[in-house]
Amino acid sequence: MTNSALALPATGAGSLRQHPLVLRYAPIATIVLTLIAIWYVAALLMNWSLVRDGFEREETPYTVSDVIAGTMSAERPLLPAPHQVISAFADSVFGYAPSAPRSLVYHAVVTLSATLLGFALGSLFGIALALMIVHSDVLEKSLLPWIICSQMVPILALAPIFVVVLGALGLHGLLPKSIISAYLCFFPVTVGMVKGFTSPDPMQLDLMRTWSATPRQVLAKLRWPSAVPYLFASLKVAISISLIGAIVAELPTGGEAGIGARLLAGSYYGQTIQIWAALLAAALLASGLIGLVDFAEKITGLRMGVRP
Amino acid sequence: MNPQRLRWGLILAAAGMLLAPVLPLSGEATASLSARPVEFALTLGAALLFVAGAWRGGASAVVLGLMGVLSGVATTLGLLRDPAIAGSAAASFWAVVLAVWLASALCVMQLATMRPRSEPARRLLNIVIPLLFGAVVFYLWEVAIRGFGVSPVIMPAPSAAATRFGASLPILGIDFVQTFVRGVLIGYVIGCSAGLLVAIVAQRFSFLGRGLLPLGNFFSALPLVGVAPIMVMWFGFDWPSKAAVVVLVTFFPMLVNSLAGLAASGHMERDLMRSYGADHRQTLLKLYLPAALPFIFNALKINATLALIGAIVAEFFGTPTQGIGFRISTEAGRMAIDMVWAEIALAAIAGMAFYGLVALAERATTFWHSSYRT
Repeated sequence: MTNSALALPATGAGSLRQHPLVLRYAPIATIVLTLIAIWYVAALLMNWSLVRDGFEREETPYTVSDVIAGTMSAERPLLPAPHQVISAFADSVFGYAPSAPRSLVYHAVVTLSATLLGFALGSLFGIALALMIVHSDVLEKSLLPWIICSQMVPILALAPIFVVVLGALGLHGLLPKSIISAYLCFFPVTVGMVKGFTSPDPMQLDLMRTWSATPRQVLAKLRWPSAVPYLFASLKVAISISLIGAIVAELPTGGEAGIGARLLAGSYYGQTIQIWAALLAAALLASGLIGLVDFAEKITGLRMGVRP
Repeated sequence: MNPQRLRWGLILAAAGMLLAPVLPLSGEATASLSARPVEFALTLGAALLFVAGAWRGGASAVVLGLMGVLSGVATTLGLLRDPAIAGSAAASFWAVVLAVWLASALCVMQLATMRPRSEPARRLLNIVIPLLFGAVVFYLWEVAIRGFGVSPVIMPAPSAAATRFGASLPILGIDFVQTFVRGVLIGYVIGCSAGLLVAIVAQRFSFLGRGLLPLGNFFSALPLVGVAPIMVMWFGFDWPSKAAVVVLVTFFPMLVNSLAGLAASGHMERDLMRSYGADHRQTLLKLYLPAALPFIFNALKINATLALIGAIVAEFFGTPTQGIGFRISTEAGRMAIDMVWAEIALAAIAGMAFYGLVALAERATTFWHSSYRT
């Protein structure tokens, strides 16, 4: 106790500025606050003529302060003010039962389940592919170039046909979306894991050879443990891509459920606040998912004896 | 590869070829393989070539095997021109296909184990192997679609998509200009240069940099293509809204990577610049930016794909009646799947060419970097 108290820097105006927490978070907070301020100003400017025209159409007398108040609470603004977005978000999250189609929770769960299924399929496929590539010279030479090429193709462009074709085959709902997610997210996993599986030194591999370890033993005792950091790095990329895939895959399904469908409906009916609330939900989902992978990485690291 | 396995595999492929004339060719009544002189001769020739390859072994087995594969491919494609076979092909046809598949797989495997001594030969091999592999995949796709008679609504044969590609070049050209030249390129240039400029400013004022780096990391993980409907609302249906999405999508990867790159130069080099009395501008031009180039190119490569995706997705939310994304969604709605595949091929070619150009520029400018020195 006393030791940690002693370790704290002496308080005072000069040293508070040197406090590690301040050093770390002050710049972020400043920039976030600046961005929010810019947002408010932009909302004011962009909605100005919209609100003023509204007043003039109704031929009601108005003052500048009326217009300013109007830009902050317009029903279909060009750019909603942050507090409007947050209240719409809170309203659609807490205002309805989670299973109601107007609830954002319902749409988020639909997208989340497609994302997670796609992520699981894609990562498993990616790891399996990496294992095959590491153990087979032929596949490394013939398949890897095509896998890399496949990523220069805008795969998301495939999403609508995929959904249409699978719909024609009688597949609806979760699976087509997850397949698109999986297709998008297998690549970072494959590339990362190929790197990870080949990361052990030649020395270490030689040592395994002198112990006459079988390929399976080399995999379990050497390649797999040394690939774990690469695994989590690529899983973090994969899960955010998987979410993007799920959202985009919901676009052609039109009026059905999901954050993507919510975006599309919002753009059809000009409900800007709804679009922004859906975007906020997507952002929260993305950061939550990445946080989860981060957490899993920490736990695995601790259990494998990595020093923090 | 085990030479014994190559031999037995090729003999098996030859047996498949020889078995083909005996088996029924189609579910419908039609002339058998032995009654068609050209195809029959090609099959026998392929079988002979496989046997010869098995007898010689090694590198000449690959050459002979590939010649046999070619004549097998010619046989099946010739047979598919008969409407009685296309859609209801039977054992004889599939025996030839399987033999071709087996022989080509053996050849690719044999090629992959070869270690030529000269550098150009090795490089050539590294190109030939994936090309062969891809050609085999396309062949199997074509034969499977046409042999089983898969409905073109579900999946067209590659040849159908290619024919459509050739027949609708003017439309594809219009779409390419609309999506790629206007939307992608303009947005890419603006987004990447804005990211780089902000990174340079942030590197000058470390307070800004410490705030921007975590935020940039956060934003580059977000599903930013979701802003597409908003951009369409702000900038209208034409290309500016697509370019705006591309700007937003490419900005953050560039920012994060260039910030990392600008911090990549070592203490020694910085001290050296100081001892030369270089001011900030000189240090930036001579040290920080060149040291950041590998990172900047990394971002440019990531962004090349992201930009194309962003532009195409933005077109799903509304376009003038042209553009790759617009065409894909309307043609998919009309069940003209061959046109959809032609558009995808266009997007793929554009994407690969774009990526390839960036990679070439990278090689030309960062030749000094350790990943290129051997």
